[in-house]
Amino acid sequence: MSKEPVAVVGIGQTKHVAARRDVSIAGLVREAAQRALDDAELTWADIDAVVIGKAPDFFEGVMMPELYLADALGAVGKPMLRVHTAGSVGGSTALVAANLVAARVHGTVLTLAFEKQSESNAMWGLSLPIPFQQPLLAGAGGFFAPHVRAYMRRSGAPDTVGSLVAYKDRRNALKNAYAHLHEHDLTLAKVQASPMLWDPIRYSETCPSSDGACAMVLTDRAGAARAPRPPAWMLGGAMRSEPTLFAGKDFVSPRAGKDCAADVYRQAGIADPRRDIDAVEMYVPFSWYEPMWLENLGFADEGEGWKLTESGVTELDGDLPVNMSGGVLSTNPIGASGMIRFAEAALQVRGQAGDHQVDGARRVLGHAYGGGSQFFSMWLVGSEPPAS
Amino acid sequence: MTSEDVSGLRDVAVVAFAQSDTLRTTEEQSEVEMLMPVLHDVLGQTGLRTADIGFTCSGSCDYLAGRAFSFTLALDGVGAWPPLSESHVETDGAWALYEAWTKLLTGDADTALVYSYGKSSPGSLRDVLTRQLDPYYVAPLWPDSVALAALQAQALIDAGETDEPALAGIAARSREIANPRAQLRGSVPHGDYVVRPLRTGDCPPIGDGAAAVILAAGDRARELCSRPAWIRGIDHRIEAHSLGVRDLTDSPSARLAAERAGAFERPLDTAELHAPFTAQEVVLRKALRLDDSVRINPSGGALAANPMMAAGLARIGEAAARIHRGESDRALAHATSGPCLQQNLVAVLEGDPR
Amino acid sequence: MPEVLKAPLVVEFPFTRSLGPVQSAFLTGLRERVVLGVKTGDGRTLVPPVEYDPVTAEEIRDLVHVGSTGTVTTWAWNPEPRRGQPLTAPFAWALVRLDGADTALLHALDAPGPDAVHTGMRVRIRWAEKRSGAITDIACFEPYDGDDAEVTVHAGEFQDPVIGIVAPARLDYTYSPGRAQSAYIHALSDRRTVGERCPSCRKVYVPPRGACPTCGVATAEQVEVGPRGTVTTYCIVNIKAKNLDIEVPYVYAHIALDGADLTLHGRIGGIPYGQVRMGLRVEPVWTEGGRYPDHYRPTGEPDADYDTYRELL
Repeated sequence: MSKEPVAVVGIGQTKHVAARRDVSIAGLVREAAQRALDDAELTWADIDAVVIGKAPDFFEGVMMPELYLADALGAVGKPMLRVHTAGSVGGSTALVAANLVAARVHGTVLTLAFEKQSESNAMWGLSLPIPFQQPLLAGAGGFFAPHVRAYMRRSGAPDTVGSLVAYKDRRNALKNAYAHLHEHDLTLAKVQASPMLWDPIRYSETCPSSDGACAMVLTDRAGAARAPRPPAWMLGGAMRSEPTLFAGKDFVSPRAGKDCAADVYRQAGIADPRRDIDAVEMYVPFSWYEPMWLENLGFADEGEGWKLTESGVTELDGDLPVNMSGGVLSTNPIGASGMIRFAEAALQVRGQAGDHQVDGARRVLGHAYGGGSQFFSMWLVGSEPPAS
Repeated sequence: MTSEDVSGLRDVAVVAFAQSDTLRTTEEQSEVEMLMPVLHDVLGQTGLRTADIGFTCSGSCDYLAGRAFSFTLALDGVGAWPPLSESHVETDGAWALYEAWTKLLTGDADTALVYSYGKSSPGSLRDVLTRQLDPYYVAPLWPDSVALAALQAQALIDAGETDEPALAGIAARSREIANPRAQLRGSVPHGDYVVRPLRTGDCPPIGDGAAAVILAAGDRARELCSRPAWIRGIDHRIEAHSLGVRDLTDSPSARLAAERAGAFERPLDTAELHAPFTAQEVVLRKALRLDDSVRINPSGGALAANPMMAAGLARIGEAAARIHRGESDRALAHATSGPCLQQNLVAVLEGDPR
Repeated sequence: MPEVLKAPLVVEFPFTRSLGPVQSAFLTGLRERVVLGVKTGDGRTLVPPVEYDPVTAEEIRDLVHVGSTGTVTTWAWNPEPRRGQPLTAPFAWALVRLDGADTALLHALDAPGPDAVHTGMRVRIRWAEKRSGAITDIACFEPYDGDDAEVTVHAGEFQDPVIGIVAPARLDYTYSPGRAQSAYIHALSDRRTVGERCPSCRKVYVPPRGACPTCGVATAEQVEVGPRGTVTTYCIVNIKAKNLDIEVPYVYAHIALDGADLTLHGRIGGIPYGQVRMGLRVEPVWTEGGRYPDHYRPTGEPDADYDTYRELL
């Protein structure tokens, strides 16, 4: 028996900011969830199950916070499932929710991911001092910067490529009312003059720390037929994991990412992603990851991804727009960041992306990753239902 | 396919189960060192290797270890190469099994490896679990897990649903078992009050352990197991968080999950209940309508071994293993999460007619 | 087998929690010795007040003033109070339905002993002397045999409302890295770096974690690697990390020790940071009492050829 097609009929997110001091954790998630319900013109009673994700519980200091959030998310008397797959969790959470619909276990599912980083400090949560272990010598960016250098060495990319990505994403964010960073005065020269924190990564090429939540309502064909606005249809979705550290690991282009993309393309019947996909919303926490992921996801040959960035192909009005929302570089509530990517892909194919809409976007990829470049989750959504 | 489910869902079965000994401390082992033999055991039972598995899903909790992303290193024990289709839930592995079950239903995979583990020994579990509670009104008071269970027990006593001797009887029965993996068995003194009305004997042992199962769909299940434990239904429900708005003597979420899982459609012969405290068995027996004809917790349940995040998955595994061995034909397995049975999962497992 | 290591691990943070309107009103009320509940659509009064109706999921905002006296709905005697709990002497945990409320609030009840406590008993709030707008502004409940308090509508508005709380949390753990890592750390104390070889793929893991992550089998055969190695990649750190006393800029590098099949991380010294390069040959520099090499310095050998370490990059 074939799977039930899955449609996105409601999307909601909070205005992402450094600290939402006006709401509780419940209030934060509720705001995104309510907006998703409003978008779908549904009520709490229409939701059959809730699937929630976030990154480590230490960020808010609440162990398994879904227990406390059951009331706020209308889950009382319903199934509620909590997913945690590190930085990819926002994407994985959406895929777990989608499976509930695809398997015909439920008709309509609310999925949500959040992080309220202002409750603590992300670096504290990520680097609790473990006895006997050598302390991380370099802070957050120090983990990624050597891999960026390895990419530059392999590809021969000019060292300005990272600044082009940062400048593009921050300008895209100006068109997205929900984005955290709105740097109206930013220029390319300012990006290139910003302090070099972890050489080769500059300050303006790093992501912020945000409070935010993102929610989606997923439903079956019958639910999509009742939807007030055009749905986004899931054409393919996959997760792949590989170990944290191992002999032969390729941090620049991890095999788990390649395999994950290949699985999604197979499901969706994509033969040539560069030709068949209209736009990509990918998880780029440091600007250089745009060219790296363009190669990993098959949009460019190995060593060639930076050429797409440099030639303007990934601009909002380019041939393959990347990170139309402004991306993780402009908004980063860690646990929600993956779902925001998935939601942006869905907004695009629904034609609901407002000022950052890509004209005629019919098939858009949403991408998330996490851990030591080891956990990947992706979906491809389209404006038309799957063929079968 | 063994039988046509009314919903048209694909048939999925538990085909193998393995667990570690549950020990008060396992400090000589890292989490992966504790987990890996269990994974080898469960894979060995089916002859499968990691690369043969269609989907992998695990359950664990960072707060037990005191470290963020603790599950990422446990993945080393699986051998995730080539990369796996894999996911993780931050709760008991019973919910990882639920996620894997949905994955198999979609047809994307025919087999799944589900595992979970928990080491309670590094921290003070009673204090750690306070961090699950409402962070504004409750967690600042540090009410520990035994205290909350004791409030529930007293409510049951006040309602005339049980008394201390009856609870002592549940404690004794739970340890009069032959389960070699259990942490407590044989004659265990009922002890002094920990938080009255609960005595040491009413509380689960604190221990470290791991569990794993393999799921398979349709004919694949028959190939891998001579008598698969078919999942006839599985469902989970959550209740309001605040204890003060709930009726602690009842478990409407467990009842609803059981109803949705089809537990009430035909008689059961066995029930594996994840009731860490004696009084919670009283609540569950009522909610799940389990009478004396049903054998409760032949494994000893959570009162004999309660590895956090693995004890719920182990209930499903224990129930399935009895079906594999021909000791049960239709069993209910239950898992819980949260304070005072806030969230409950029920699975109904059946063996083919003999 | 060498002794397995263990050490204390303290996880402690003062979390800053913003409250939202309903919780802000309730906790500010406690500061002013006023207890507020919230009305649901069907007329129940929830105390403590929550933001969303647990039955209907509706947002609820209508605050009412309830009594500071109430009735115990269930209780449990706590003979040995634990760290952080409201009272240090033995007390009862109690769920108390305050007069005017339909739900119960969890707190401590100060009583001389379990025989003095029963379900249905009347109690009242004992206020903390110092109140800041937190659940601990209620010191505890105490037995009470007077009249019920009046219940009135309250706008929930106060001067200088509390909009956030600081919730310190400390948990104490004993950390043990397990067998494989303990062996590695013991060897380091002799300034030797000892990895483990996978019996299946033969790769040498440093530090060993007990399992070969690609084969999923235990590693056991010990292999000494280094001390020299090759810088495979690096970054120049220009921003001072909070808990590290290292002058910036410095070079943080991935180093493949000779004989190891993956890199470990270290600082490069003894060379101007601008001259560090991929392929640089380095050796460890130890300081007295250091568990790990303080840094690595150039050996003076010619740089390693890119092809010799590209698989380790």
